Amino acid sequence: MEPFKVLTSRTVVLPQDNIDTDQIIPARFLTTTTKIGLGREAFYDWRYTPDGKTKDDFILNTVDADEHRVLVAGRNFGCGSSREHAPWALTDFGFHAVVSTEIADIFTSNALKNGLLPVVVDEETHARLLEHPGEQVTIDLQANELRMGNHVVRFTVEPFSRECMLEGVDTLGWLIARVPTIEAFEREHAA
Amino acid sequence: MNTPKTLYDKVFDAHVVEPETVERPAVLYIDLHLVHEVTSPQAFSSLEALGRKVRRPDRTVATMDHSTPTLPAGPDGERPYATADAKNQVRQLERNCAEHGIRLYGWDSPERGIVHVIGPELGVTQPGMTVVCGDSHTATHGAFGALAFGIGTSEVGHVLATQTLLQRKAKAVRITVDGKLSKGVSAKDMVLAIIAELGFGGGTGAVLEYAGEAIRALDMEGRMTVCNMSIEAGARAGMIAPDAVTLDWLRGRQEAPKGAEFDKAAERWLALASDPGATFAREIRLDASKIAPMATWGTTPDAAIAIDAPVPAAQTAAARKSLAYMEVEAGKPLAGQPVDVVFIGSCTNGRLGDLRSAAEVFRGRKVAPGVRVLVAPGSEQVRRDAEAEGLHKVFLAAGAEWRLAGCSMCIAMNGDQVGPGQLAVSTSNRNFEGRQGPGARTILASPASAAAAAVAGCVADPRPYLDTAA
Ligand code: SF4
Repeated sequence: MEPFKVLTSRTVVLPQDNIDTDQIIPARFLTTTTKIGLGREAFYDWRYTPDGKTKDDFILNTVDADEHRVLVAGRNFGCGSSREHAPWALTDFGFHAVVSTEIADIFTSNALKNGLLPVVVDEETHARLLEHPGEQVTIDLQANELRMGNHVVRFTVEPFSRECMLEGVDTLGWLIARVPTIEAFEREHAA
Repeated sequence: MNTPKTLYDKVFDAHVVEPETVERPAVLYIDLHLVHEVTSPQAFSSLEALGRKVRRPDRTVATMDHSTPTLPAGPDGERPYATADAKNQVRQLERNCAEHGIRLYGWDSPERGIVHVIGPELGVTQPGMTVVCGDSHTATHGAFGALAFGIGTSEVGHVLATQTLLQRKAKAVRITVDGKLSKGVSAKDMVLAIIAELGFGGGTGAVLEYAGEAIRALDMEGRMTVCNMSIEAGARAGMIAPDAVTLDWLRGRQEAPKGAEFDKAAERWLALASDPGATFAREIRLDASKIAPMATWGTTPDAAIAIDAPVPAAQTAAARKSLAYMEVEAGKPLAGQPVDVVFIGSCTNGRLGDLRSAAEVFRGRKVAPGVRVLVAPGSEQVRRDAEAEGLHKVFLAAGAEWRLAGCSMCIAMNGDQVGPGQLAVSTSNRNFEGRQGPGARTILASPASAAAAAVAGCVADPRPYLDTAA
């Protein structure tokens, strides 16, 4: 995982509330056994017609993903399933951060493990972001700040996940180092 | 005097390997890890990349359910997988389980089925346990007073490698359902009413405890239906305190403790109930007698109303989009809306009691012309039990399809799909756009309501059918 410190990029706005994981990546693409290449299938049914034609007017088909790393979405983003394919698809597409007023629990946990920063902001900031699609924003994880012109808001990220993101380290290694303590727990609790 | 604890507190606290601090979540011990083919391959790969083995294969149980066909193998022994990828995914699970010594309820097992149906059926799910699975409907197991929740694939890797997870304590919310459900109203209707009350996302950051007379009156299958859908309100988990009903279900199960061991365990389990005076972050009360058969009009599970109530006018952009997608009209009831497909099954409503309740409506009746009905039992055990009672004959005589166990049309990964634009009444748990196939429109309802829709050819109140059948 790449360390995440400060990200300056343009936004893509998907204003819908309750964008669920079936929209982010439809279930029929979950038969993959790798994490690679899922960006192709991100928002598939919103990007393509049933017969596979690109919908030219859909925002994700018009932007240059390299310049639009921040997804701004409506309330309750990422609800639904626990599929980590959702953040894999979003990061593979090019996103490094998702901003909303509310982001689902399991999605948040999955995103943080994949270098995709979930940023929860207040209604007012959210409304400004929705009104200015394509705006350049800076998401500063070191300062816990989102900056948009003169508008600055603070956000919070679960401290341990934040540390892991800043350092670009995986939590698995940390847990593996705990195995002796885990073994002691097991001995103590074996009836 | 110790501070009174909630059921959730008791289970969580008993599994803390390292306590939570401001800087770090708790290290939480996991008693039971359930694995299926869709969310595990990348976790096994990351384990192998580190040269590690599964730490506690004895605490890991696997099955195949999502990508698996529900039609039998052909004469050549080939199973009708939807795609080569689906077949490969199942193969990979078989290989991973063999390699790591994990018990797999696979194709040749008479106990194969949807992961959340077989755990309780085998008795591997027990009160007071921590249970996880790379699947958001893991909350189902909370019906036993277990703390059960869905995790992502990275976390599946964490549990495979260490048998622990990093977890912060959630807030506990109690939902009390007083009174009695009326005849023809089921646990599914109750949970749809609860979600409508909480709102989609209304349970974010919370673990729900279901309590009250109407919850106590449910059998274990009904309790599982309720806990199963906790995630549809955004909650991490749902739990119900163990009682005599729980013990009766567990006694004699293959993996449950036996004899004196059982009695000892039972004492522990009954002590898990929330202490009097335990505090909850929020309390919600519902009256069961006011709940009618429910159905959803939109594309989120909280968009549920009584089947004969008018669809509410859209107040938000999201609601307008939902109505447009569903092609339903505000101000008119869902009852009477013509349907194309009916699906009976899933981890929400694929158990024996669910099939019995659907069969009660189908008995002596026919599926309306032009409606496709698919019944997929939740497990092979459920299939055998249903066949022993002759339920399959009722379904087949009515004109429904009777399939092998699996997730089937709930997630539409295995080729069982609702066609574009078609309207389905489904006993599953999600009505998201395209959930049951690209362009498919889904109405969530109980097994009796689904069967009534099949017979009527349109969304219908099941109660008249139940009355005449009685
Ligand atoms: S039946 Fe549906 S909700 Fe349940 S585990 Fe299978 S796909 Fe998930």
